[in-house]
Amino acid sequence: MTSFDRFLGADKYIADDALLASVNAAIALERPLLVRGEPGTGKTMLARAIAETLGKRLVGWHVKSTTSATEGLYSYDVVQRLNDSRFPEDAGRDVSDIRAYIKMGVLGQAFQADEQVVLLIDEIDKADIEFPNDLLRELDEMAFSIPELDETITARHRPITIITSNAEKELPTAFLRRCVFHYIEFPDRERIQKIVDAHLPDLNKELVEAAILRFYGLRKVDALKKKPSTSELLDWLVVLSRAGVDPEDIASRMPFIGTLIKREKDLEILAQRAKHGFGVS
Amino acid sequence: MFDLLLFNLRSQSVKVGVGEWLVFLEGIKKGLVVDLAGLYHFGRAILVQSESQFDAWDLAFDATFAGVELPPELSEALLSWLADAERTEGEQVDVDLDFDELRRQFYERLKEQKERHDGGNHWVGTGGTSPYGNSGRASRGIRVGPGGQRSALAVAGERRWANYRTDGQLDVRDFQVALRALRKLTREGPEEIDIDATIDATANNGGDIDLAFSRAKQNRVHLVLLLDTGGSMDPHARLVTQLFTAAQEVKGFKSVTTWHFHNVPYGFLYEDFANRRRRSIEDILGEMSPSHRLIWVGDASMAPWELFGQHHANPWGTRDQAPGLSGVQWLKRIREQCPASVWLNPDPVRFWAHPTVSAIGGIFPMFPLHVDGIRDAVTALRAPV
Repeated sequence: MTSFDRFLGADKYIADDALLASVNAAIALERPLLVRGEPGTGKTMLARAIAETLGKRLVGWHVKSTTSATEGLYSYDVVQRLNDSRFPEDAGRDVSDIRAYIKMGVLGQAFQADEQVVLLIDEIDKADIEFPNDLLRELDEMAFSIPELDETITARHRPITIITSNAEKELPTAFLRRCVFHYIEFPDRERIQKIVDAHLPDLNKELVEAAILRFYGLRKVDALKKKPSTSELLDWLVVLSRAGVDPEDIASRMPFIGTLIKREKDLEILAQRAKHGFGVS
Repeated sequence: MFDLLLFNLRSQSVKVGVGEWLVFLEGIKKGLVVDLAGLYHFGRAILVQSESQFDAWDLAFDATFAGVELPPELSEALLSWLADAERTEGEQVDVDLDFDELRRQFYERLKEQKERHDGGNHWVGTGGTSPYGNSGRASRGIRVGPGGQRSALAVAGERRWANYRTDGQLDVRDFQVALRALRKLTREGPEEIDIDATIDATANNGGDIDLAFSRAKQNRVHLVLLLDTGGSMDPHARLVTQLFTAAQEVKGFKSVTTWHFHNVPYGFLYEDFANRRRRSIEDILGEMSPSHRLIWVGDASMAPWELFGQHHANPWGTRDQAPGLSGVQWLKRIREQCPASVWLNPDPVRFWAHPTVSAIGGIFPMFPLHVDGIRDAVTALRAPV
């Protein structure tokens, strides 16, 4: 068996067999790992956990709707150079040296790092629909060229690449074929208990139990547009314990529900249900 | 040696490319897989690229390795025994058989067995210590039906990903994602600075800054929904409402209009049926432009006289008579005026062999009303007409 860095889960990150298999396959095969799943299932946390346990640096690229692929590679500040050429005395750098105006992007930095890093491309679906296609070669060969310098930047150590997506847009097939794919399911009650224990070990057991029960009750209400997620549950638990809420109260009414339910419409739906005596658990 | 898996995957229409297949084999060669459970997870991560195909993967994996697959009529009978069975306590028994042997005996025993059976240690049933059945205590065995104590060999048989298939149910969000692809961006928004053009202009200007502007991109597609309402469409009301909600909420369309009709439009389209507000089709057609996209939603099945004859039914149970065009002629007229039209049919494709459905399908390209169908429909709408 070839040896490679294995990810076996982290103290604060509870991973199941399927996820471990996917992560280790991605590391061993040197392919990007595409992680999809509901918001709040810990997609971004995964990259952090991998970096932490393997003792590697995490380089994050948080994609926005306006992000273009070249931004991640490098940028060439033409306007600055143009300006400097008009006022060379204020420039403070050599205008004839293109290199002074080329700045590496996140991918560029990851490729040039002296040791292997964990590269996180977060929420790739946020960007333009063609964005993933523009990165095909870069992720495949872990190299890109800078025409301005007539140079090719090749990764010294292929980074462990984690790409997250909220499944908002369909990603192009050509891109998908190059990735190891994993879908994070919403954790079941047993696993959420473990997650809570890992993050908030000192909480009152009764309180946690009552809150989790309530939490899954809420998730069962189909009418809710935005169902509460793991991170929101953790926030809620912290608030509940800080405020010293009695576990009994969680069952009868819902204190600090604003931590769990963020949309006004959803709150109305819940109020309506409570009025009609449907309850939520 | 995994050729059978590849074959089964392709027959489940999971399109595994040569590239991924080689990676899969490479991974196995590297020793990434040590047992069947590992193979299940590893194979899925490499060969399947969407949770919508996880169910297909389960079925293919199942067919290749496990053998929890049964002829449908057999498994149904078994499942009904198991469904209402009471659990019985039994001792844990280790059956040291290899899986092929177990599987062979399972089928044999099924052949012998003539009736339902709970408890005991031989027949297929519930509880008990026979290695076949549900909720039993044997540490290795074939489970029939979901639940019970998990045996790694049978995870694939659970089909827990069935809900994620995109050729089945869908929700508002799925519709939105599909509809969003319909947007067509053109430059007609507010003016903003165009950096590239500015640089070019400045360079041409000998280095003196020369600002250039261009307009921001805007979508100019008008979306028109035409919904068949009432009658045979009632069972699909929820689905149609979801599509309607999605269309209203997708941002960026220049306009979204909805019209209702019953079975087939006939002279008029209705804003809503409740207060009978309607406009003549000729008026509406007059306002159509090349950027209008029509999406019809209807099951297209009705009595042939409604489509081809001069009379047609209205939702109030009476018959309207309009001189001139028949329903099918109206549809053709609309299609001529607005070639960018598609028809979404909520009925499953196997019901489409109906004379009125095929007649309407001949006028508008018809697609089933699920995510994949809408995606195809949107592709058809985007194509230049």
